[in-house]
Amino acid sequence: MKDKRFFPRQVVEASGNRWDWVMLPIVLAFFTLVALAASQMARPFHLGEALPISLEPAVLPYYLLRTTLRMFIALGASLVFACVFAALAAKVKALEKVLVPLLDILQSIPILGFQAIAVAPFIALFPGNLLGVECAAIFAIFTSQAWNMAFSLYQSLRTVPQELKEASKVFQLSGWQTFWRLELPFAMPGLLWNMMMSMSGGWFFVVASEAISVANQDIKLPGMGSYIATAIEARDMHAIGYAILAMLIGIVAYDQLFFRPLIAWADKFRFEESGGENAPSSWMLTWLLRTQLLQRIGDMPNTWLERSFGWFRREYDGTSIRARAKPANPLWSRAWDALLMAGLLYAAVRLISFVHAEVGWGEAAHVVGLGFLTLARVLILIVVASLIWVPVGVWLGMNPRWSNKVQALAQFLAAFPANLMFPLAVLAIVYFKLNPDIWLSPLIVLGTQWYLLFNVIAGASTIPQELRFAAQNLGLSGWLKWRRYILPAIFPSFVTGAITASGGSWNASIVAEYVQWGDTTLQAHGLGSYIKQMTDAGDFPRLALGIGVMCIFVMAMNHLLWRRLYRLAESRMHF
Amino acid sequence: MTALVELKNVAKSFKASDGTPRSVLENVDFTLKEGEIVALLGQSGSGKSTLLRIMAGLIPADGGDVRYRGQPLFGPAAGIAMVFQSFALFPWLTVQKNVELGLEARGVPAAEREKLAEAAIELIGLAGFEGALPRELSGGMRQRVGLARALVTEPAVLLMDEAFSALDVLTGERLRNEILELWSSGEMPTKAMLVVSHNIEEAVMMADRVLIFSSNPGRVRSELPINLPRPRDPDSIEVRNLIDEVYSLMTASPHAVHGTAEPVRPHVNDRLPEADVNSMESLLELLLSDFEGHADLPKIADESELTDEELLPLSDALHRLGLAKLEHGDLVITGLGQRYVEGEHEFRRLIFGQQLLANVPLIAHIRHSLEQEQSGQIKEEPFIELLGESMDRVEAERVLKVAIEWARHGEVFEYNFNTGLIHLPEPDEI
Repeated sequence: MKDKRFFPRQVVEASGNRWDWVMLPIVLAFFTLVALAASQMARPFHLGEALPISLEPAVLPYYLLRTTLRMFIALGASLVFACVFAALAAKVKALEKVLVPLLDILQSIPILGFQAIAVAPFIALFPGNLLGVECAAIFAIFTSQAWNMAFSLYQSLRTVPQELKEASKVFQLSGWQTFWRLELPFAMPGLLWNMMMSMSGGWFFVVASEAISVANQDIKLPGMGSYIATAIEARDMHAIGYAILAMLIGIVAYDQLFFRPLIAWADKFRFEESGGENAPSSWMLTWLLRTQLLQRIGDMPNTWLERSFGWFRREYDGTSIRARAKPANPLWSRAWDALLMAGLLYAAVRLISFVHAEVGWGEAAHVVGLGFLTLARVLILIVVASLIWVPVGVWLGMNPRWSNKVQALAQFLAAFPANLMFPLAVLAIVYFKLNPDIWLSPLIVLGTQWYLLFNVIAGASTIPQELRFAAQNLGLSGWLKWRRYILPAIFPSFVTGAITASGGSWNASIVAEYVQWGDTTLQAHGLGSYIKQMTDAGDFPRLALGIGVMCIFVMAMNHLLWRRLYRLAESRMHF
Repeated sequence: MTALVELKNVAKSFKASDGTPRSVLENVDFTLKEGEIVALLGQSGSGKSTLLRIMAGLIPADGGDVRYRGQPLFGPAAGIAMVFQSFALFPWLTVQKNVELGLEARGVPAAEREKLAEAAIELIGLAGFEGALPRELSGGMRQRVGLARALVTEPAVLLMDEAFSALDVLTGERLRNEILELWSSGEMPTKAMLVVSHNIEEAVMMADRVLIFSSNPGRVRSELPINLPRPRDPDSIEVRNLIDEVYSLMTASPHAVHGTAEPVRPHVNDRLPEADVNSMESLLELLLSDFEGHADLPKIADESELTDEELLPLSDALHRLGLAKLEHGDLVITGLGQRYVEGEHEFRRLIFGQQLLANVPLIAHIRHSLEQEQSGQIKEEPFIELLGESMDRVEAERVLKVAIEWARHGEVFEYNFNTGLIHLPEPDEI
């Protein structure tokens, strides 16, 4: 029986080991579920048709599946977008001038704004099919995920170490080969971290992205967001509870099945050359690495990639006349600059005439005033949250026994959509007859305060041991200890956390300043509630005005406040 | 002997951050011939690394002609490989994959790639480590990977950019000797090597020719052929003499070489050497205690365990301050230097301050300007601008930093980092 020649090829080569058999059900189940959800995404649908949303807990797994699938499709699209964007911005000087400021603007536009613009074209793209609506929802999620990933990748591409770049040139790597062999691996840790942040960001707007209104019609796509929206309309506290539970399970599941393995695998892309003591591990990855057959399938992209290196290689070396640098014509770059200036001027003129004709200057001034109200909210709440979380974070960070556990918890809380807690706030405010202008404000930082906490913990835990001993030895205490030692030491990580928190808070203001619970609506005066109202009213010019003003506020704050603090932190306060 | 790489009248300047061009290379003529090892020596900032990168096709020359095998060079050529100071290995690729990199880029089929890479790994003494990631290897082994990666592409020219300076002394020496053995045995496909170094012994041990670069702008100041057979004994008289000769060539002022007898006069815009006061004092003490005040630079380098890159600026600084004299590659303590070493802390400070005012025009100028001010303080900016007239901003800031450090030690003036103000010392401190 040793002679295998007489067996069909499939039998002889059908290798695999028991780990393949262990993983097989998981893999099959995964593919079945994805196929099921995907087939439901592209079914016939006509405007006006009702999509019933059930509040039965039994449908939650299915809704969770649909929402998760949407988020992962959006994540994939964000990844492709980030790669193309970063490669173009980092390699082509002329495009960099446009793309980087553009991303800055895109980043500060709240996602409701994108949705308002994008729904109609997507539905027109797939007439008579649900796919158009699905695409609009996915696009909305995409806009909450893509920008920070693109920015992180762009930053990484610009900071690839000089000697590695030189090595790839000396050894004749083509642009394609350099991207896959050097640039993407180098950017991997930052990109992964941002993918996880993006996933969390996506959850926050899951309600907004799945409930789409078009042509005075509310379409609720089957998913967690619609479930929550329906539960809020029906004032069903139990359903909210079930939704929280389902979401918890969902977040833990994709963390364990997707992000943990990915992070453990990507540990080899760490750039520090010394071996780390606590390399991240994942049971899922360990299992996958023990399989044989699955591994071979998993290796296939790698094989294709290596084959593609053969196709896209450099065809000539430095001795060829083709390698000669063509002297750049200064006329072209000047023409490009002129074109950009003209475009900018045109946009400004259009904007002014638009405001003048459609909404009037009085309204514009009013909206700017609302912007200052929201600005005050964001700033005050970040200060309040800092006063609470900085001492807590420092204490936790200096107690290593706690810091790891709490840090994981804080990251999880940041991922958890805080808007699920809003109904509680509504009930409390109505019950105690509180002023919504003040008491709705804390909701703005409900979800984003955790960024402050876990950045401060991270900062405090990296204070060098010697510095701690020195502070103890000198007997530093009280305010002096904070001013001279702790605050400067955690300042850089605090700034990082505060930047993230403030960016998220602006976006959250749209949801937090205008809260509904059944037919009870609570509203605070501010830019967020203005945008939300105009979205509901379908008043496109005013919506555009609101979004534009928010965009200006966010960018001004980034440039005038955060970037300066960041520079201060970089030049003065680091070890 | 055919010429592999030819440089004719090559010049290169970079745009400084303030927009003024700063010349790093001027009028460089150089030919790398088949069958020779050439070493480029020079102090840091002399443009030797820039020259290496021009030959590698990594940066274009501004003027002049660069040719490889008679062809003008516009970019990295397939026949020229490079070994990097910090190894430049891809940390996420295994040793095997790192070595295969150049072959993969050229589209060599996988099976052949593997075979060639294994042969190169074997040749360089890394067999068994094919599957390791660079971070698991020691520095010496990492540089072996860097070497294997270069050799596997069968380059005609191998460029080494301070390839041993990131390794400890023993490891560096061993790797260097092994490369020389490979070179002599003919197992290497390489036909010529160019070694950029700041280690004088290394250059003399390896090269058939040593080129010495002068700084600002970089140009070939002198050339020294070495006709000793290999392997060379570092302790032999011939090698010792050569090392001595290179030291004296490197420390001689450029004017002396060109034959003008007039001594160079110090000037406000002098580029002060990167020398910290503590090391200067230690060097002076060592000179007096171990060498009776007169020693060969290579001997001091041995005894003090300073690298040439550290020792030469220190000697230059002592020379400038009149605490020691540089003569034909020797360092000789002066009478003042002797009293300085024997003096107490306060006395040292006094002498140091006096010497600064007498011999470093920049410091004298700053002190004078401060004394004119009512408040006794001036922003640092005008002085950076003054220096910026003859150097770029980064260099100007560096020079001012050195001046401040020296002046603080001699209590000539002080500087407040937070305000950016240079000010006279507090009266009660003097």
